[in-house]
Amino acid sequence: MSKITLELGSGGRMMRDFLADTILPLLGNRYLEDLPDAGRLPGGIIFTTDGYVVDPPFFPGGDIGTLCVNGTVNDLVVSGASPRFLSLSLILEEGLAVEDLHRILKSIGQASRKAGVTVVTGDTKVVRKGQGDKIFIVTSGIGTSIARPAPSRIRKGDKIILTGTLGEHSLAVMTARGEFGLSARVRSDCAPLVFLLPFWKKGVLWMRDVTRGGLATILSELAGTLPYPVLIREDRIPLSRAVRGASELLGIDPLFMACEGRAVVVAPEKKAEGMLEQIRRHPLGKKAAIIGEIGHPAEGRPGELLLETSTGGLRLLEPLTSELLPRIC
Amino acid sequence: MKTPDIKAFRDRASIEPVLREIARRASRLPSPFRIMEVCGTHTMALHKYGLARQLAETGLDMISGPGCPVCITPDGYHEAAVKLLTETENLVLASFGDMTRVPTRVGPIRNAVPARGSQLRIVYSPAEALEEARGHPEKEVVFYGAGFETTIPAIARTVEAAGETKTANFSVLGALWLIPPPLRALLESGKTAVQGFLYPGHVSAVIGTRAYDFIPKTYGLPGAVAGFEPGDIVLGILSVLDQAASGRPVVANAYGRVVRDEGNPRALEIMDRIFEPCDALWRGLGEIPGSGLRFRKAWIAYDAERKFRLDVRSSADDVAGCRCGDVLRGLLSPPQCPLFGVSCSPDSPKGPCMVSYEGACLVHFKFARRKGTPHV
Repeated sequence: MSKITLELGSGGRMMRDFLADTILPLLGNRYLEDLPDAGRLPGGIIFTTDGYVVDPPFFPGGDIGTLCVNGTVNDLVVSGASPRFLSLSLILEEGLAVEDLHRILKSIGQASRKAGVTVVTGDTKVVRKGQGDKIFIVTSGIGTSIARPAPSRIRKGDKIILTGTLGEHSLAVMTARGEFGLSARVRSDCAPLVFLLPFWKKGVLWMRDVTRGGLATILSELAGTLPYPVLIREDRIPLSRAVRGASELLGIDPLFMACEGRAVVVAPEKKAEGMLEQIRRHPLGKKAAIIGEIGHPAEGRPGELLLETSTGGLRLLEPLTSELLPRIC
Repeated sequence: MKTPDIKAFRDRASIEPVLREIARRASRLPSPFRIMEVCGTHTMALHKYGLARQLAETGLDMISGPGCPVCITPDGYHEAAVKLLTETENLVLASFGDMTRVPTRVGPIRNAVPARGSQLRIVYSPAEALEEARGHPEKEVVFYGAGFETTIPAIARTVEAAGETKTANFSVLGALWLIPPPLRALLESGKTAVQGFLYPGHVSAVIGTRAYDFIPKTYGLPGAVAGFEPGDIVLGILSVLDQAASGRPVVANAYGRVVRDEGNPRALEIMDRIFEPCDALWRGLGEIPGSGLRFRKAWIAYDAERKFRLDVRSSADDVAGCRCGDVLRGLLSPPQCPLFGVSCSPDSPKGPCMVSYEGACLVHFKFARRKGTPHV
């Protein structure tokens, strides 16, 4: 590879390979080894960072401001940390309307209050017109550890809970771009996942937010680390009508579509039903469902993620291999 | 027409009884019974819904056919598109996404560095390309249109609309293919083990069921037109098996809610108004008489091949070892290709069947590959 391509940023396997082949050999250390969403530092401090380049910056259900808070907050939550502080780095393109910036900053304020985080430091740069696209934001987040995710304690029979419907964020951004003549009435699911924090104490083994690459990529990566196969069932996966329709129309599989306010949670077999009930009581978890389990099906092999289709068929799910849609977060 | 609830077509409660019937009938026929699904969309659906595995268990061998435009378009077209994009200034090349990823001697289209003021634009329909041309009269807009009878009427209509609006900066690089001729060529060659056909629903909606009449009449093989939902597919297959068992091959229509025997006369008429049949070169299949379409004289101003003096026939040999040609003829199952999963994968495809979202190789790789063993 001699040039960077869009596919590298898709969250799929190409990005994983890029990190492993290009970044780790130069910068690898014991914190970075497993490529975690957040680094676990001495003293129970969890540290994460993320860049936000969504195009366009405003979309139904949110904007780059809500995204840059919730995205970073959610990386902390799924790493077992209670989010506390954020840094905020703004890269603005010459010509951006001050009114737009104001709107975005207001969103950042609101989202921070909602997620219980405080912006404590920041930076502003302006680049010439054409050297950026309106606004890019980088946020870093610090949280305090409340639990340590324990994928090694995942056992056969443990359940996979998805906290809500898939794909609304992808679809909302596509609609905002006016792409494909879509005019779906759909809002991004962008939201903070802090309501999931108490579940760490209740015995959740593992969590990930469903972002780029979608559910299939995230669960494939999990399956790859387990000595069991993992099964999910198509007819249990909650989907909104809008996403169902749009995915039919465009041939985009919702299993690979991104969300910004959904998580997938692995719960011990015996506690799963109870946890599901509690998650459902939260407004952001109303559509939660147990979508699959660890150690099934019988014909599965260790490390495989399989989908039982609505027709009763079975197929492998692979991680996203290349770009689905550029710049959705 | 009232659209039935799609759920019923995907529900195991409705599919499993049909699968049991299929198994019963297949057990009385020589095993495995080989059915070619002509169209890539069927290949995709079979694997996406896990039906491929379910059908294999009933004793059927589903073989992918040549019905994927990305897969059968020879390199010459892609290379002409690259040349156009890299050598012509102020040009927009509008293309379906898959076409831009096919590897060629000069790399895939998407990696080409456009000439000054030029760009590649991914579109979902030819109408988007025409709109671009009308919005940017200072640019030349070329739609790289590849497709079968499903897409061709829309391309034809777009050309007609360009004529009506006198949009002189719009043209089409057409890689236009017809479905029945390669099926005839396949059967004539004798190099196929196919015992029945699943005909594509969408192509058939345009050309009708009669277009395949020569297959039962001349070659004595059963077949059914089927839609792309699991329910449609299994009913189509059941019909093929019934015909095989009774020894009375026909062209059955298992997609009656969309397909008419006579097809769609308006779509056929507009295709015929703009284009005329010609001999054409298919990847893996070679030259097939009457299997392509070219612009009629009256519309030649919109032919990008002519407008930009492109040579699409400078076809290259496939990458060494790539057996896409055999896959397209139904002679080889993708995992049997020595490159499959070794040097050829969706991340670095060596042949077009690993590029197209409906290519047999990509579909097998994505949905059926088992690590360390041949596919199911």
